[in-house]
Amino acid sequence: MGSFATNYEEIAAVLLFVIGMSNLVFQPNLLKKIIGLDIMDAAVYLFLAAKGYIEGRTAPIVVDGILDASHYINPVPAGLVLTGIVVSVSVSALMMALTVCLYREYHTLNIDEIMMKLRKEED
Amino acid sequence: MSKKNPNYQNSFADKFTRWVKGDYDPIEGQMEMNAPDKEVFGDERIRYVHLHIVKSNNYSERMFEEGLAKNVRRFTGLYKIFGVIVSVFIACLLLWTVSFLPEFGDPNAPENNEVAARYIEQGLNETGAVNIVTGMILDYRAFDTFGESCVLFVASCCVLILLRVDKDEDPESRAIEDMNDRHYEPRNDTILQKVADFLVPLMIIFGIYVVLNGHISPGGGFSGGAIIGSGLILYLTAYGFEKTQRFMNEKVVKALTVGALTFYCFAKSYSFYTGANHLHSIITPGTPGNILSAGLIVYLNICVGIVVACTMYSFYTLFRKGGI
Amino acid sequence: MTELRIILLVFLLVCAIAVSFSKNLLISVVIYMAFSLIMAIVWLLLESPDLAITEAAVGAGVTSILFFVTLKKIRSIKTTAEEDIDE
Repeated sequence: MGSFATNYEEIAAVLLFVIGMSNLVFQPNLLKKIIGLDIMDAAVYLFLAAKGYIEGRTAPIVVDGILDASHYINPVPAGLVLTGIVVSVSVSALMMALTVCLYREYHTLNIDEIMMKLRKEED
Repeated sequence: MSKKNPNYQNSFADKFTRWVKGDYDPIEGQMEMNAPDKEVFGDERIRYVHLHIVKSNNYSERMFEEGLAKNVRRFTGLYKIFGVIVSVFIACLLLWTVSFLPEFGDPNAPENNEVAARYIEQGLNETGAVNIVTGMILDYRAFDTFGESCVLFVASCCVLILLRVDKDEDPESRAIEDMNDRHYEPRNDTILQKVADFLVPLMIIFGIYVVLNGHISPGGGFSGGAIIGSGLILYLTAYGFEKTQRFMNEKVVKALTVGALTFYCFAKSYSFYTGANHLHSIITPGTPGNILSAGLIVYLNICVGIVVACTMYSFYTLFRKGGI
Repeated sequence: MTELRIILLVFLLVCAIAVSFSKNLLISVVIYMAFSLIMAIVWLLLESPDLAITEAAVGAGVTSILFFVTLKKIRSIKTTAEEDIDE
């Protein structure tokens, strides 16, 4: 229970994840679902990068030739998140292309109406 | 007992509420908000028939049939209740897990182990990069970066498949796309062009600087490529498609992307091969702090930057026009 | 410094909740752009300048531009379809 007093980033990341997930599940509008997925991605990256921070140390760029490991923060999570941010934009772009194709076909952005029209077409 | 304001429409509370909801625009009427009239375009309109319009007019009546509506309403209610229960459960579970985590910024946490210590202590000597994170993702873990560039390339191909309208096969759809694109487009807008004259060279030079200095200062291929892509998008928005396609058309984008990925693959394969078989490779770390140091990292940064810039640019043009 | 961190994280939560409650799609995208920008500042407070530059260029730049272009395409398809119905 003691971590609640200092781990603000992790608490915020968890809450953002749940808010993004409820956006993805409850909103009938397709574009808002995409924004919800983006918020979930950002929450995961915030959690991961907060694990790499060490109190009192500085960014992992070598200054003054100091090569001591107790002088810099952990660089491994930063490398993982860097790849993740760019993959997140690719996923968003692909989902938006699918949304445009769906809109051209059914002329609505409401997922409930699209499912109804699909069922009508199958009958 | 409530006093109703007879002049509620003009009161501050009503305007504020409508502004939050999105109905009320405080500067409406002073800015051009609507699409330009059709007479501005001048050329003859192309007649076409949207087949789906005729069908969709009857759907709103047909959707509210008796049997289907009751099932749908029951399913929607159950879905919402279960959704709320699952969300609250996941939130509580994750918060309970957070309470067991080590404290924020603890140097004795389990993830600060010998891997991070090795990367920091030996990073400068083995890779030659002053920026430890860039040295890590482009030298120790270069395979992951290659996979990520491939993800960008595949996403660009998928968006191409979904949104592309080919001129040779389907001239009617091509005409429809061009007509759709001309709505809301500023034609030779003076403000946009003057701002683009000033900003686009700055953005492209800054992007090239960030890419080339990826191993000395923060930055690298991804952010530099995104900045160059944004500069190209601004140029395209200000000047239109004819001028941009003089130097950035389909052949150029294809050649740049494929060439950059192939060079990355061969360069890093050579490095892996010589390292695994303990052969002597011709690539040296160099003196740290120079631009042409750190072995292959500068060239790999340039490749990644080119792939990211072309991908961002092609996303934008595929959405706007249906072609590159 | 702790107060600044708490204020920025509360701003992130408020932005995320505001996105789900706004009815206008354009306003949702602008709020998402602000969310990305504050996220870039949070990366800087966590001592990762690489992530801050990348998030500012990619999140608040390219993703928001793609959202605006999608909205434009949807509205232009809707506008041409409505003109066709009228005629």
